[in-house]
Amino acid sequence: MQDQCQTAPPPIFSVASLSKVYGTGPAAVHALRELDLTLPAGELVVLLGPSGSGKSTLLNIIGGLDRATAGRVMFQDHDLTAMSDAQLTRYRRDHVGFVFQFYNLMPSLTAYENVELVTEIATNPMDPREALALVGLETRGHHYPSELSGGEQQRVAIARAVAKQPTVLFCDEPTGALDSTTGRAVLKVLSDVNKRLGTTVLIVTHAAATAAMADRVIHFADGDIREVVHNDTPLSATDIEW
Amino acid sequence: MVAPLDRKLMRDLWRIKGQAGAIVLVIGLGVMMLVMMTGLVNTLDETRRAYYDRYRLADVFVPVTRAPERMAARLADDRRVAAHTTRIKGHALIDPGAGELPIRAQALSLPDAGTPRLNDIYLAAGRLPRTASANEIVLLAGFAEARGLSPGGALDVTMNGVRHSLRIVGLARAPEFLYTTAPGELVPDDARFAVFWMRRAALAAAFDMRGAFNEILLASERGTNPKAIIDAADRMLASHGATGAYGLADLPSNRFVTEEIRGLKSSAATVPPIFLGIAAFLLYIVVARIVQAEREQIGLLKAFGYTGTEVSAHYLKLVALIAVVGAIAGSIAGISAGHALAVFYQTYFKFPFLVFTLDPVSFVTGFAISILAATMGGLAVLRHVFALTPAVAMRPPAPPDYSRSFDLAGAFRHLLDQPSRMVLRRLSRYPGRMFGSVLGIAAGMALSASTLTVVSGFTSAVDLSFTVMNRSDMTVTFTHPVPRKALLELGRLDGVQRTEPVRIVPAILRNGTNTYRGALEGRPREPALNRIIDSNAAPLALRGGGITLAEPLADILKVRTGDILTVEIREGRRPVLHLPVTAVAQTLLGAPAFMEIGALGHALNERDRISGALLTIDSALRETLYQEIKDMPAVAGVTLKADARDALVELMNTGPGSVRYVMLLVAAIITFGIVYNAARIAFAERSRDLASLRVMGFTRAETGFVLLGELAVVTLLAIPLGIGLGYGLTWAIVEGFSTDLYQIPVVFHASNYGTAILAVVIAAAVSAALVWRNLARLDLVSALKTRE
Repeated sequence: MQDQCQTAPPPIFSVASLSKVYGTGPAAVHALRELDLTLPAGELVVLLGPSGSGKSTLLNIIGGLDRATAGRVMFQDHDLTAMSDAQLTRYRRDHVGFVFQFYNLMPSLTAYENVELVTEIATNPMDPREALALVGLETRGHHYPSELSGGEQQRVAIARAVAKQPTVLFCDEPTGALDSTTGRAVLKVLSDVNKRLGTTVLIVTHAAATAAMADRVIHFADGDIREVVHNDTPLSATDIEW
Repeated sequence: MVAPLDRKLMRDLWRIKGQAGAIVLVIGLGVMMLVMMTGLVNTLDETRRAYYDRYRLADVFVPVTRAPERMAARLADDRRVAAHTTRIKGHALIDPGAGELPIRAQALSLPDAGTPRLNDIYLAAGRLPRTASANEIVLLAGFAEARGLSPGGALDVTMNGVRHSLRIVGLARAPEFLYTTAPGELVPDDARFAVFWMRRAALAAAFDMRGAFNEILLASERGTNPKAIIDAADRMLASHGATGAYGLADLPSNRFVTEEIRGLKSSAATVPPIFLGIAAFLLYIVVARIVQAEREQIGLLKAFGYTGTEVSAHYLKLVALIAVVGAIAGSIAGISAGHALAVFYQTYFKFPFLVFTLDPVSFVTGFAISILAATMGGLAVLRHVFALTPAVAMRPPAPPDYSRSFDLAGAFRHLLDQPSRMVLRRLSRYPGRMFGSVLGIAAGMALSASTLTVVSGFTSAVDLSFTVMNRSDMTVTFTHPVPRKALLELGRLDGVQRTEPVRIVPAILRNGTNTYRGALEGRPREPALNRIIDSNAAPLALRGGGITLAEPLADILKVRTGDILTVEIREGRRPVLHLPVTAVAQTLLGAPAFMEIGALGHALNERDRISGALLTIDSALRETLYQEIKDMPAVAGVTLKADARDALVELMNTGPGSVRYVMLLVAAIITFGIVYNAARIAFAERSRDLASLRVMGFTRAETGFVLLGELAVVTLLAIPLGIGLGYGLTWAIVEGFSTDLYQIPVVFHASNYGTAILAVVIAAAVSAALVWRNLARLDLVSALKTRE
């Protein structure tokens, strides 16, 4: 079930006996059951599985959005499970980028300003223009979210997430609200970020086809990992079947 | 069987119970103020009318020096007169015992048997004096209560220079003495002025009035103008020393009550609309917000095939239900608060009963405004939602469009970071809402500030009246004008330090059709013990030959310095004078007209007569001084400045003045309500944005800035506006409360505004803290996952 990497790069995340339980007593729901996982840096990882299998829960915990019930999560040599709220905020601020299904752009800021929102507080950001160019929106910077299509909004969200040059980029159903053409374009951007910046990218999705572009695919079921598959020949995002 | 939509309605209501409760509270307060104030005013008006009717208060009062009984019959021949009665009225002094000043009293006759045909009394305790009893009296209940007297007790009373021992057999209230004010004084004081009634024969003997009367009371036929009767009575009784008949409107007690009710009416007309307006605005915002949140469900219902009308009706029912519950709660609270206040005023006005009257219009207005505001809020949003197809409505709303609103933040692009731009853009995106919040908070603050200003204005009035203007310790009043040597006699008494003469004559002042029935006060050229001051509080000297008017009097008569005023003196040979107005004085009590005492004497063709004197005394010798003054002939009464001051403070704090404290409380609640609501709505609408910021690594403080920055800007904008509104509102309230009997000066103290600003800032801080707690509890994962 586990697949310890041979020599390769040092792990970015090591997860040990991670459990997450919602509620108590007979009504308790076990979202994660003593899960173990090691992820090397620089890969594009896809987390697949049906609803309620625990993939988003894992993403939220290693992304510093939620806390575990038991177990340990190491980010490089930091113990996320031991961090205070303020330290978790610091962790998200310095190392993590998020992309969500519903974009979550600030409606009152233009595309450029949405990116700048993050670069203002980041320690080693890229130029917002550069980040927008990365997602192909360099000419749309002065538009408000209300003036952008769904795909464009999601690309701005990605630009915003990568502009701080995060160590890791978490994407929860990033194409969930998009049609196939737009969805492919968004996946292409994520793949580019991974290739060009070396950012570790974790994508949670229902769409099994997405797996074809991953370096590593983790299959979830019932709060645990069922299978980890290495893909030595990932496809380009533009070539995957939708 | 309840329709599914109605079941949904009830469950929705339960789900939003917190928010609904807040709306109910705000509407309730607005409606409560309206119902309470109008109910109170109506009740007082109606009670007064009923009291006057039931106890047959006269329409016209004709005082004379002495007239034979047959003159009454001649007056009653007038077709316009429905009823008449004559009576005897006299000054008396009650001796309360050693070490105390004598108390002034008015003695009134009751018919030898039964009760009077006009100006009846309400027997509160005991019984009426026995027919032909010589020493039994009924005492005014207010005085008896203030002095702890009851039937069975006795009083030592001097009438016409003769001492009598009188037995109290009953206590009474009377519609003509709702307020008891000693002659020459303005502020009522139960403890220092008494009224008693005794059988006519006994009083006639005491005042040497057998077969005669010195006052006739007339009731006019319905629809008659009392003015005509007054003129006829004056003419007919001129040779019997008629000092000027007057109508009910000029009866001091009635005037006082009328003015107080008028003051209440004006606050009833200004304050509740402010509250209701604010409540309506809040309701509009919150309802719009609730309906917006229901967007998906509306799409779903439409997808099921419910028509637009059915769905609209459903949501309008929801908001109308909240509004109606609020209005009902407000009405109930308003009725009980109005009743409680009316009971309070009943004691204050000494009504023997209360005719509790509600104004149906206030309920209709309250309900209409509440429902209208709620429906407007709902409709404004429903209109947008219905323009969408069900499919679009079921998707999360597109991001609000910021591209077309005025970009204030863009103008300062280089100065502002992104969080500040978010704050400013949101404000400029919803300017109406921002302005509404600003206005609401400003109105609340203005109400607090102006109420505080009026309260401290009153304190200034007291200080100005009793320290800057009146520097005497004691006022002595004579029963009739006495030669000036009485002043020397007073000055020679042990303990008297300084004396100053006063000559008061009743007079009617006229300027064209503007008339004022009052008095002319003769004072020294440069009064020192009771100064006359101008609007800058600088002492005014009285120039011979001219008249100096109190400002409210100048307003009533519509004259300015330099105009000529007609003054009809109602005493002695009754000259009619034409006097130039030489100055307008600032006064806080009453509406006096001053003239130099020598010039007044000259005009009256009398030499050196005085009606009273002001004294400063050595307080160590006070008691012996009281005794000596008590024994002086012709002394009608003595007033201590300290007593007069206490009476005024009492009047302001227990009467309509006390309504101010209620207003202050409600203003504070409303201000807090608005601030808190603004913060809550901002939080609810932006929890997704806030969660996103937190996810991006913004600290709680940085995220809090985006949320609370808006509240801070709104609060900061509200403060200067509140100061401006408070300024205007103060004038309106002062205008409402001030009468020609007392004026409240408008004195703006920075501290009052400081307090009001502090209250707003505290409200903002508390709201911020409450919302901050929500921010700390914000569940990042679910806030981002759920749509809206």
